[in-house]
Amino acid sequence: MMLIECPWCGPRNETEYGYGGEAHVAYPEDPHALTDDEWAKFLFYRKNTRGPLAERWVHSAGCRRWFNAIRDTTTYEFLAVYKPGTAQPISTTTAQAQGGTK
Amino acid sequence: MAKQVLAESSTLRTSPLAHLGSKMEQGAVRGDRGVEVRELAFTTQIGLRAEPGSAAHAALASAVGGALPAGVGEVSGSVEGTAVLWLGPDEFLAVAPEGTELYSDLVAALGDEPGQVIDLSANRTVIELSGPMARDVLEKGCAADLHPRNFTPGSAINTVLGPVPLLLWKTQEQTFRLLPRASFADYTARWLLDAMTEYLSPEVD
Repeated sequence: MMLIECPWCGPRNETEYGYGGEAHVAYPEDPHALTDDEWAKFLFYRKNTRGPLAERWVHSAGCRRWFNAIRDTTTYEFLAVYKPGTAQPISTTTAQAQGGTK
Repeated sequence: MAKQVLAESSTLRTSPLAHLGSKMEQGAVRGDRGVEVRELAFTTQIGLRAEPGSAAHAALASAVGGALPAGVGEVSGSVEGTAVLWLGPDEFLAVAPEGTELYSDLVAALGDEPGQVIDLSANRTVIELSGPMARDVLEKGCAADLHPRNFTPGSAINTVLGPVPLLLWKTQEQTFRLLPRASFADYTARWLLDAMTEYLSPEVD
């Protein structure tokens, strides 16, 4: 059992939550202008960070709200949680998605 | 010609736990390690949505008699009358005894403001678990902090009991109300009865 802090509900069991992948992946300004490659990168390519990563989580069995969290992918430790629309409290690596150059 | 019989619809309805009524009675444990379970059927439940600070929020608050709960765990109103439980930052559930006419008043109060008033009475049933061992029974399957220093009478949270997502509402020091979806009610009641059997026999040192 791991406790995850919801910005609205406080610490709850991990089974109450759902995972939503990497956070702060902006929707393209004009999706129609994108090439297939760029569209594929937006849809499928993620950082696959080792270390602190900004992620989206949803408290599906609680208040049903989405929020962001910074989690260390090697230790599973939640370093921070914050509401959507607020600034990232801890910076994570800003490297672009890797791969796809073959 | 066949005679048509029109019955009052309320005499035809069946609560989600009607078939377990006698089981729940027989499962009651009395004494120091007592705990019992019963269903409070057909409560009026109205789902409310309104952004805090908006006109809709203020209108709904005055329609339910003062205030909507402001944060996690909070319940406004009274257990015997209309209580409003906090489900999310802009989402609430009004619960009142069977037959309470709330819906039309709330719809009228909301008017054309952006928000939601929806009759959810059939969505969840209410299971009342009470007795000195009630918290122990719940703690077998609920990971939320139910210690009295944190979870006080008059608070309610959305959480999970075993595998069942439900609303857990503490109405008195030793009394909890559980609001699972109607389709989960049978499982939840059987889960509780199973968890209660331990208290029939004396405690093992």
